[in-house]
Amino acid sequence: MSGTVESGGKVLGGVGSGNGGGGNSRGQIFASGLGVFARQREATVLVVTIALLLYFGLTHTSTFVTQTNAVDLLSEIMAPIAIIAIGEVLLLICGEIDLSVGFIYTLAPFVTLYANAYYHVPAFLAIILGLLTGVIAGWVNGFITITLGVPSFITTIGTGFIMQGMALTFSHAEPSPTPPAVLSAGKWLGIPGNPWQWAPFVWAVVLVLIFHVVLTRTRFGLYTISAGGNLLGAREAGINVGRIKYGNFMITGFMGALVGLQTALYTNNVDPSAGGYQPMFYAVIAAVIGGTAMLGGSGTIIGAFLGAIVLATLTDGFDIIGVSANPLPIIFGGAILVAMIANVQLARLRGSGRSI
Amino acid sequence: MTAQDHGTEISDEPTPDDVLRVEHISKHFGAVTALRDVNLHLHRGEVLALLGDNGAGKSTLMKIICGFQQPDAGRIFVNGQETVFKSVEHARSLGIDIVYQDLALIPGLSVYHNMFLNREKLHWPLLNNREMRRVAREHLDEMGVNIPSVSVSVAQLSGGQRQAIAVARAVFEDAKILLLDEPLAAMGVKEGAMILDLVRDLKRRGDVSVIIIAHNYGQVFEICDRVNLVQQGEITFDKRSSDTSVEELTELVVAEYRRALQERHGAA
Repeated sequence: MSGTVESGGKVLGGVGSGNGGGGNSRGQIFASGLGVFARQREATVLVVTIALLLYFGLTHTSTFVTQTNAVDLLSEIMAPIAIIAIGEVLLLICGEIDLSVGFIYTLAPFVTLYANAYYHVPAFLAIILGLLTGVIAGWVNGFITITLGVPSFITTIGTGFIMQGMALTFSHAEPSPTPPAVLSAGKWLGIPGNPWQWAPFVWAVVLVLIFHVVLTRTRFGLYTISAGGNLLGAREAGINVGRIKYGNFMITGFMGALVGLQTALYTNNVDPSAGGYQPMFYAVIAAVIGGTAMLGGSGTIIGAFLGAIVLATLTDGFDIIGVSANPLPIIFGGAILVAMIANVQLARLRGSGRSI
Repeated sequence: MTAQDHGTEISDEPTPDDVLRVEHISKHFGAVTALRDVNLHLHRGEVLALLGDNGAGKSTLMKIICGFQQPDAGRIFVNGQETVFKSVEHARSLGIDIVYQDLALIPGLSVYHNMFLNREKLHWPLLNNREMRRVAREHLDEMGVNIPSVSVSVAQLSGGQRQAIAVARAVFEDAKILLLDEPLAAMGVKEGAMILDLVRDLKRRGDVSVIIIAHNYGQVFEICDRVNLVQQGEITFDKRSSDTSVEELTELVVAEYRRALQERHGAA
């Protein structure tokens, strides 16, 4: 029994208290206690986010607080992490993970490129085909994981390699410029220069808001939480858990393809070395920093969005400070660990005992 | 009859009005006989305790009654109608629902989302949370389930509260025959008393019949109308609680252990 913990002036009873009996006053404390937790989970990341932005903003005002840097930070670095993190949050909540999403990111622009350049598919349609590639890749991940029963951790390592190999083979490992027709047809996905340079950031915000509502206010969201929180219980209640998981793999695939296309447009380059594991790991870390449980059953998309801002601010901020590229991973890894240790320990202090 | 050899004591007879009647049920798993010619009945509004040691066959019997498994032989009657359960969903549609202590609820969801799981009220495409909160609150109050707020997540509730919510949900989904699997397992005395009170309230309402599966009969003896004892795949004992006592049941179980010990030593 963890006893009682002072938190925001409320005394919280430990979870699973032996005598619970359901006394009303005790119960009300439970209820308001939960509210306090809930707000604090995202509040912790929010405080860190604001602190980081303030630190870099105040110490390096002339370089950090500029439009160029805002676009770098929000559209170029943060948006890809946040968009992929939406998918990873949903998958982690329902008890799965997609390690291949970074290779969907790699592959999707090639589909668009070849459809347009070699098969003369109209640029807009070629972009849609690229996005569809992601959805199909997600479906394949779902099929192997749910229908064939391979753990998603393994499935997506396998499909990831395959997609990486496909991108390398098609391109002979050579990058090529994005076709001009695709650039002009897809500027709403984000290209350099005002106003379209803001598009990736706007996409990230809009998708985060949409999927926050999907997760918290729709059946699909409830069932996603159910699938990861109590798989047997969800099946018992008659929920088609497989369909929910398929859906989340396909959403994640779509997000990977979207980010891949955005990058190809923004950099005017379809590159077989773009994507890979790094954006996927950034997204998973953003999700976890934001309070999503690795073991499933709980998580928040807003939290992951804040996590993405934290990671982007660190990357961008250290770059501005002028930390050389070589020791940067050391600082970055340390920062991630410090953030996570703080998260876990704060959760323990609050007595929530939730696994992260 | 082998049942007679074990000294079967049957003092209660089925009636045409029974909500559930099981006749001559047998179930084998490979060479192992889990159930042998089992007869069981449940009167309307009755609380029946199904007692037995681990491995005696009571779980198999419950799985058959809730539609999870099909018997090898025998017949099942619901409200006098012969029925073959195709699935858990099918049994549930006939008003038979089983409540497992740990399997039932989703810890990360609120109480009211759990109450409405897979039958949510919608403001399409969104959930109608306000309406679900209101109805859940009303229903829990009516059943005397005491929790502070229906918006609390189930993870924050005690074992007894979760069990109470699970029972309330089954009744809310129109269960007429409720199977409670070890409802007091891993629960303190106060928590257990809360669940027993809930079952007593159900009995008072009269439209729900309950089978409580337990291996600790001391806990449930208080509230049940009748006791069935399962031993080695057979129902060897069926008496009204008023005609028996905890002492008599204890004697029966002790006798079984004694017999098992003798068999072991005989074999050695």
